[in-house]
Amino acid sequence: MHDTRTISRTDERPPDAAGSDDAVAETDQVLSPTRLAWKSFRRSKLGLVGSLMVLLLIVIAIGGEQFSPYDAYSMDSSVSLEPPSLAHPAGTDRFGRDQLTRLMEGTRISMLVSFVAVVLSLVIGIPLGLIAGYYGGLAGTVIMRGVDVVFAFPTILLALMLVATLGASLPNLILAIAVIFQANVVRIVRASVMSVKEREFVEAARAVGARDSVIMAQFILPNVLSPVIVQATFHLSLAIFIEAALSFLGLGTQPPTPSWGLMLNESRTFMEFAPWLTIFPGLAIIFAVLGFNLMGDALRDAFDPRLSQR
Amino acid sequence: MTPLLEVRNLHKYYPVGRNSRLKAVDDVSLSIQPGEVLGLVGESGCGKTTLGRVILSLQPATSGEVVFDGIDVLSLQGKDLRRLRRRMQIVFQDPYSSFNPRMTIGAALSFPMKVQGMHRGNEEERAVELLNRVGLDGSVLNRYPHEFSGGQLQRIGIARALTLDSDFIVADEPVSALDVSIQSQVLNLFKDLQEELNLTYLFISHDLGVVEFISDRVAVLYMGRLAEIAPTEDLFGDPRHPYTQSLLAAVLHPDPTLEKSKPSMAIEGEISTPIDPPPGCRFYGRCPKRMDICRVQDPPMVSIGPRHSAACWLHA
Amino acid sequence: MTERAPKPCDSSVVLRVRDLRTHFFTNEGVVKAVDGVDFEIRRGEILGIVGESGSGKSVTGLSLMRLVASPPGRIVSGQIEFGGRDLVEASTTEMQDIRGRRMSMIFQDPLTSLNPVLRIGYQVGEVFRYHLGLSRSKALHRAVDMLRATEIPSPDRRAQSYPYELSGGMRQRAMIAMALACEPELLIADEPTTALDVTVQAQVLELMKTICRERQTALLLITHDMGVVAHMCDRVAVMYAGKIVEYTDVHTLFARPAHPYTAGLLRSLPRLGAKLRRLASLEGQPPRLTRLPAGCAFAPRCPRAQDRCREVAPDLTRLGNGHQFRCHFPLENDKEPQA
Repeated sequence: MHDTRTISRTDERPPDAAGSDDAVAETDQVLSPTRLAWKSFRRSKLGLVGSLMVLLLIVIAIGGEQFSPYDAYSMDSSVSLEPPSLAHPAGTDRFGRDQLTRLMEGTRISMLVSFVAVVLSLVIGIPLGLIAGYYGGLAGTVIMRGVDVVFAFPTILLALMLVATLGASLPNLILAIAVIFQANVVRIVRASVMSVKEREFVEAARAVGARDSVIMAQFILPNVLSPVIVQATFHLSLAIFIEAALSFLGLGTQPPTPSWGLMLNESRTFMEFAPWLTIFPGLAIIFAVLGFNLMGDALRDAFDPRLSQR
Repeated sequence: MTPLLEVRNLHKYYPVGRNSRLKAVDDVSLSIQPGEVLGLVGESGCGKTTLGRVILSLQPATSGEVVFDGIDVLSLQGKDLRRLRRRMQIVFQDPYSSFNPRMTIGAALSFPMKVQGMHRGNEEERAVELLNRVGLDGSVLNRYPHEFSGGQLQRIGIARALTLDSDFIVADEPVSALDVSIQSQVLNLFKDLQEELNLTYLFISHDLGVVEFISDRVAVLYMGRLAEIAPTEDLFGDPRHPYTQSLLAAVLHPDPTLEKSKPSMAIEGEISTPIDPPPGCRFYGRCPKRMDICRVQDPPMVSIGPRHSAACWLHA
Repeated sequence: MTERAPKPCDSSVVLRVRDLRTHFFTNEGVVKAVDGVDFEIRRGEILGIVGESGSGKSVTGLSLMRLVASPPGRIVSGQIEFGGRDLVEASTTEMQDIRGRRMSMIFQDPLTSLNPVLRIGYQVGEVFRYHLGLSRSKALHRAVDMLRATEIPSPDRRAQSYPYELSGGMRQRAMIAMALACEPELLIADEPTTALDVTVQAQVLELMKTICRERQTALLLITHDMGVVAHMCDRVAVMYAGKIVEYTDVHTLFARPAHPYTAGLLRSLPRLGAKLRRLASLEGQPPRLTRLPAGCAFAPRCPRAQDRCREVAPDLTRLGNGHQFRCHFPLENDKEPQA
């Protein structure tokens, strides 16, 4: 039953919570919840490190080969399997291609795959989650059973199955990752919507006659975004991981396009006498995953209402 | 005078499990005159909040009628319902949860006008005017809810309820989340606004002192049933239902001399959830004056004096 | 095991708090939640601490139990004399032995203080097992006795219930049973009836009063409700912005308050039968603890404030009759009786 709970007196709020007239007048800066979260995010040192790592990856992804005197695709058998040197800081592969250049080009692929897949998963997942959470009923049931199907399989296995069915190609890989991720997005959005829609400000909006679409767009969506953004950050790193794994298995990026996972795959045979070919793509994957995760952790803390001061 | 609001045999049941029903509001009838403040008291779980929500058509009723100014509220839908919403608004208990944390105060106050297409182009002006009326100024328009104290935000909540020039307001425990020293400010504001704008309130509270101060008439709800309804003076001066009497006896007065000499009047037991309540009076188990008939038969609402009725076999 | 240390000069004093300061070190600055609090409480006495949100009343209670979350909170100075020692200096192990055995606390919401997956009897019995080393069956037996003492109907059956199966009032009774199981010298109750309905509040308060009087347990009652204070307390400390602004016996407080805050608070209460057209109200908003004014924290809201109040924080004034307050310009209604 929906009835008045005797709500706890405001004593539980942090002692500095009560703003007074003068306090409102004193601060010139408008502190929106987003800005508060941003302030707290900036305080996190690890978050800063993570963001810088991600920024570096983005710059490399955009600039790509322009930073390198070599071409990622042109072969030169005279320098095949060279160990790291001044000319080739990360060595060369068996076709004599500069590995550092290929890693940079691979960054572009990895970033492209993860960003497009994550954006796509949000585009699919957020509306579905909103509908499932706000209306429930038959639509909600259908959506959630779909989500259950996705969750019934291990992530990598499902990605593998999807790509194997759709055909091994980059767009299909992106689509497969997006389909997997949207299930998670739906689940998170739905759970948040279900708690937010019980809040009284939603009832206040209904009491003035606002339509469901307006309520969802202006009252519910803005209040469910923070957990989604945090999750999306973790998805970015997971996407890099899945892309690498599937490419390693030959189901993602197709040669000669360089991708970290594919480079790992190609270097397998030379691992014993050309370990740099394995080590550097591995480091790149670790670097990217770490960067996104550090950023995600800091974002989660920043959005956590218990940790950020009101 | 024709009442502004008339509630007739209103029922609101919630299904619980397979075969049970929670009778949150069970056959309640009452009316409110224009410009009148009806206080609604009761303990947690008595259905007072649900009654307010059903009257505003924020929750569907199971059966019964709500007639507002001649309009059958519960049958309205879509456009007609939206139109009626201009006239009836609500103020919530917890000001923090009644505002969208990601909307500025200005946006929150303009929103109702935009939805209703009122004061078009002058929304901000109107918002400032209302803020001034509740004791704040226009500088708060760009602020977010978390920047205010509970009392300030509740004032803004009242301003929001006035944006549509409504004449009927359901105030649902509007001061219980506030500090003691702030409660009186907000209560005075409610009273001033009511007198100035000739508003009609359904004022829901568990605090008898608050209800006595603000109300013209008071209704006492117990487990979804109306126990007693009377003009404020009669209800507090001459309570007739044993439950009202127990409720009044349990009030602690801020007066040590009185309190220390007072014999213990605590009644036994607690209000339970009205899931499939047994027949007979809902108060039977706790009633110090129970009789045999009370266990088997529901007491009818009996008129005791002018505008004073109680549902008790003692008076039937 | 605790050993009883040399008794203080006044043997009936259970707890003496001196200049207690608990501060919170937050990103927005230091919040002086408790800032120089002195009080004492005797055997069998009921001392009320009243205040509004942010007054520091709850933090005071938590400080006594050494339960302030740290970080960000810390007791920065002061003494808490209890059982012949200073609890501010006590080790974690010493505190674990004291809590629940010699000093207990109950909170506003019993549902969050009780473990939802354990039976009531087991949880009450846990106190006996932990502190007295009783066996499971003996502990359960004693738990049922305690439940009976808190007037829970059919305690044998209730001991087998889970917290969610009990009503709010019953749960709070179970909490009281648990808190009083080891016959502590001091019970701290933080808003124990705020979440309860009026009729149930009356029952629970009555129970607490009776039990504390019978067992001579000192009760520190933290509340915002002046009605509860009037009903329960022998003496009262009124807190505002981390300081005790007035401290006296309950009758003096209500009849002749000296501090304008106390007086304003009392006047602003809607009272039954008062038939007022308007409530006298205390203007302004509660203080923001990160930005307290230089002088008296209440000055911005005080009708009697003068320049001196805004510059110098008032010291404690002690009258011969034990009435204490912090105000430069107290209300004149409790002058020293002329000799």
